[in-house]
Amino acid sequence: MSKTCEIGVTVNGTTHRAAVEPRLLLTDFLRHTLGLTGTHVGCEHGVCGACTVLIDGDSARACLMFAVQADGRSIETVESLGRIGQMNALQESFHEHHALQCGFCTPGMLMTATDLLRKYPLATDDDIRKGLSGNLCRCTGYEHIVKAIRAVVGKGHQRP
Amino acid sequence: MKPPAFDYIAADSIAMAVAALAEAGDDAKIIAGGQSLVPMLNFRMLRPSILVDINRIAGLDVIEETSGAIRIGALTRHYQLETSPLISRHLPVLSCAMTHVAHLAIRNRGTIGGSLAHADPAAELPMMALLLDAELRVASASGERTIAARDFFLGALTVDLASDEIITGIVLPKLPLRTGWGFAEVARRHGDFALAAVAATLTVSGGSIEQARIALTGVGPTALRGTEAEGLLIGHALEPDLTHRVVEAVRATIEPETDLHASSDYRRHLAGVLTGRALAAAWRRANESVA
Repeated sequence: MSKTCEIGVTVNGTTHRAAVEPRLLLTDFLRHTLGLTGTHVGCEHGVCGACTVLIDGDSARACLMFAVQADGRSIETVESLGRIGQMNALQESFHEHHALQCGFCTPGMLMTATDLLRKYPLATDDDIRKGLSGNLCRCTGYEHIVKAIRAVVGKGHQRP
Repeated sequence: MKPPAFDYIAADSIAMAVAALAEAGDDAKIIAGGQSLVPMLNFRMLRPSILVDINRIAGLDVIEETSGAIRIGALTRHYQLETSPLISRHLPVLSCAMTHVAHLAIRNRGTIGGSLAHADPAAELPMMALLLDAELRVASASGERTIAARDFFLGALTVDLASDEIITGIVLPKLPLRTGWGFAEVARRHGDFALAAVAATLTVSGGSIEQARIALTGVGPTALRGTEAEGLLIGHALEPDLTHRVVEAVRATIEPETDLHASSDYRRHLAGVLTGRALAAAWRRANESVA
């Protein structure tokens, strides 16, 4: 085992201190060390998008980053968006448009959409589809996911 | 799929990074965005004993203008290039190419130094470095050197970079006046590696082509320039007959691989079609800039 490193990471507004092995992936830190199992793990090589989180506000694959690299950074996971009974507008829109079937891809879809809505005008459905091209839904429920995102475009997700 | 154990060094300067590389011999790898490296670690295709993280080196992600060129730090993320006003003003073909690189979450992390050092045969950035006659700045514990992009890419995933060296940035000459550009790519899904992609610039003077550049990716072990095809264009206006000859010259130059995604013949065909499209767009833009 290699030498552990002390890190301090802010996750959803709370700062956590931990000693981690350098090879610990950010996904495993979030899920196993912090118990935040909302971030899902699909392919573990950056293809499926299920583990997408925001790092200092920018979407990234948590399986392609080591926890040690998150030292001093601020991470937002799907748990930051809302709670049952108090979901944010994007989550409500997913609910309303039946944008999830099994739900496995949903955390990644939500975090990806959050960043897309802030960074791109998403003027057409084609733009939304291109933006989601890195997130796989094996139920293939893409149509409803596109509709759910379409419904919230221009409704206050842009960065202040 | 978990990476093998390694020791971790967070470098806070180029000097610290190259000292760590020099000390480690062949056992160290640099991690920048990690978008190609971490999958290879997770698959255990690589087993470095040390990772040297350069993400915390200040000033390595700067895009700046000099009199005739744009300098881009190695740690610049693809998304920064995609959205940089300096790049869209002076090298718009590069802004366009970046929108084709993978997905937003990858572009937020992936760096230009990393993409060039990794040299995937179907990636966009090596092609843009060749198209735009980039010079790469490379540092090691024993000093710095500059290498032209055309000498840098040696084969699939193979570049002229020693294990103790690090790319610190690239310098791209600004496009000349009266230059138009075109970029055309086909991938199975937006953001996937290109089955084939072609980028071109045409500099026009008095109704004929004064300088032509054509670069391709996805059609061989490395990105490449269509030098012969470029030569055919000089001194002429872009007419359908000429485009046809240039397309045939491009198809004759390349030896694409057959793989799961496309056959060699299909890639060769695509390279021609995309060359025609990129040239037509470049010609149109060059003439608009004159008008």
